[in-house]
Amino acid sequence: MSTPQPNDFSVVHPIDHLMRADRLPHILCAGCGIGTVIHAYVRAIDESGTDPDQHVCVSGIGCSGRAAGYVNVDSYHSTHGRALPFALGIAVHNPSLTVTVISGDGDLMAIGGNHFIHAARRNVNLNVICINNFNYGMTGGQVGPTTPIGAKGTTAPQGSIEHPFNLPYLAKACGASFVARWTILHVRQFTDAILRSMDKDGFCFTEVLSPCPTSFGRRNKLGEGLDEVEMYRERCHIENGAENLQDLDIDIVDHEQPITVGNFVDIERTAFHA
Amino acid sequence: MTSADGIVRKPMDLDRAGVPEGEVHIITERCKECGYCIEYCPEKVLVYSKEINSRGYHFPMIAEDKATSCVLCKFCDLICPELAIYTTDASDDETQS
Amino acid sequence: MSSKAAQKQAAPDSPQRVLTGRQFMLGDHACAEGALAAGLDFFAGYPITPSTEVAEHLASRLPAVGGRFVQMEDELGSIAAIIGASAAGARSFTATSGPGFSLMMENIGLAAMMELPCVIVNVQRASPSTGLPTMVGQSDILQARWGSHGDYGIVAYCPSSPQECFELTIDAFNTADRYRIPVFILMDEVVGHMAERVEIPEAKDIPHVPRKGPRTAPGTGQFLPYAADADLVPPIAHAGDGYKVHMTGLTHDERGYPSLTAETHDKLVHRLVDKVRLNAADIVDFEEQDVDDADCVIVAYGCTARSATAAVTQARAEGLRCGLLRPKTIWPFPEARVRRLLEIGKVKRFIVPEINLGQMRREIERLTQLPTLRLNHAGGAMPTPNAILEIIRS
Repeated sequence: MSTPQPNDFSVVHPIDHLMRADRLPHILCAGCGIGTVIHAYVRAIDESGTDPDQHVCVSGIGCSGRAAGYVNVDSYHSTHGRALPFALGIAVHNPSLTVTVISGDGDLMAIGGNHFIHAARRNVNLNVICINNFNYGMTGGQVGPTTPIGAKGTTAPQGSIEHPFNLPYLAKACGASFVARWTILHVRQFTDAILRSMDKDGFCFTEVLSPCPTSFGRRNKLGEGLDEVEMYRERCHIENGAENLQDLDIDIVDHEQPITVGNFVDIERTAFHA
Repeated sequence: MTSADGIVRKPMDLDRAGVPEGEVHIITERCKECGYCIEYCPEKVLVYSKEINSRGYHFPMIAEDKATSCVLCKFCDLICPELAIYTTDASDDETQS
Repeated sequence: MSSKAAQKQAAPDSPQRVLTGRQFMLGDHACAEGALAAGLDFFAGYPITPSTEVAEHLASRLPAVGGRFVQMEDELGSIAAIIGASAAGARSFTATSGPGFSLMMENIGLAAMMELPCVIVNVQRASPSTGLPTMVGQSDILQARWGSHGDYGIVAYCPSSPQECFELTIDAFNTADRYRIPVFILMDEVVGHMAERVEIPEAKDIPHVPRKGPRTAPGTGQFLPYAADADLVPPIAHAGDGYKVHMTGLTHDERGYPSLTAETHDKLVHRLVDKVRLNAADIVDFEEQDVDDADCVIVAYGCTARSATAAVTQARAEGLRCGLLRPKTIWPFPEARVRRLLEIGKVKRFIVPEINLGQMRREIERLTQLPTLRLNHAGGAMPTPNAILEIIRS
């Protein structure tokens, strides 16, 4: 193998042409899974064989919201919660573009929750990747709409007392054409899910469970990013086409509970064309 | 390829097929030492370096006796959040050079 | 693009896009027709009195001429959608009233920061809060200028008639594209719900100011999306043009990349403000009646200016030297004109009637040391010509 020396920037990654490589390394923490999702997104563009100039990436605010800043396609880092309507404007005005929203669970499901349910209801032609790390990482680890009951955050020091959203169930109920849940360890599967979304008309939703060792893992005794991913490896079971989406809540406290992942929904439903 | 009942099952094209050999490339300065590539390499090709990059992280390097062990599954590349590692087909390189 | 989508791409100069001729229409409808004549591509909105007629009119008219109409889930979504559509190259537009305008404030800052042109009409009603939804107000004047957090530049037009709703809406689109800013049309309920004659010119006579595009080819890596020209306005590349732009609400450098330093921030925000401030002479628009020899000048806009016009006409008939200054752009305010009137020295007092508690009077008081008489109503009713006339006579 080649043994590059530290500070040797002559080596470039083969996918660097789809990244704003001059901005790497990115700002995300060691062990954070968001980089893996960004990586999978650009790999999906590459593997799709489509023209990168016809791809648009939109994100909201938060750690996951930084995704748009690293991908070398037309990319828009919008406001907190508004990635979906911003992306709707692009996708509806120019239907030839493939528009992907990459954002976090707090951005898409709390402050942006209303837009999520309506974009799915309309079946707008958008690919939505929700990076779920169960908390607000950027602001230091507050609980949010996906924080499992009992999990701790700075705003729930004794553990969250609220029921979280079960995102695949929500997306399906709202009318999404494609619904999947994976973890960053299932990188091949979720890259395929993104590819399927890019090819499919209508609202396509993929939840990717991703470690946040700095803000969530540390407080919830999940260890480093590697430990959280290892937990996913042990607990996840794949059930493509699972119909009991209402039962797919994620329990982060009880490590005996399985976490179901897979491509759950892939239906034909008329997409929104204004 | 021996199943539990002791029957030896052998792919019909085993003579023609070979295990691909990969070459691992590491962009050390991008690494943040998350360990995903090291932990999930099926052939345990990688270990943490003794030295650190300019940001203080131990990056992956090829284990001493594993120089030819990469089977080109690309998983280290795919899971890397930093785009700091990738693999190429070593046999391709040979034909090209 | 799907065949269905392709079908909708009617020619932009399709005859029915501009309703050339003499029309009789509501102010709200005239505003919608102005947007269509200006080349509107994309509308996103949410029903709210008294602006709903703008959306309803466009719901039938816009798709018929190749544009796209979306009724959103709320005003937060409406403003985000029109900014997104603008990023993809659309002339985009939304219509709202006070409560919806308040909800749009955060993303108005985003449009200013990303420099994505868009037009927002606010048909003002009596406020604050839900106020008097069906009754007139003019109390969003300062909100339009300062409503989103931080410093930025915007332009706001104030039409006084359905004819001006049509004309100033066209100006609003051109100004938005010219300077890459959000532009407001501050109508009010009286003007929005008033039906009058509207003369619509031929399509070829509709002024059209295009956006400045990149001067280098895509793929060369030479295009800097936020490198401004001498006029402080950068050329714009749209989603799908091949320039791989990055736009963010974060403080950014000329590449559009986040650059979180005090120096970058100071430079960027100064430019955002200065591109309106230093181009104000080209942007400001106003009309005057009998101002040249006047010792008393009324400053009024929107429906209030209609009462003021009648009052000045009557006062002149009584031999009083009275005039009217009517800002058509309330932001930037016709500051240079007011300063000029002070230099000439004939004006001894100003009268500012408004349907708020003195929002534009602050501007006059800021600019002059002369007595500024007020005629304020909090909303729900407009000042009558007689009420203004009494102050002129006093």
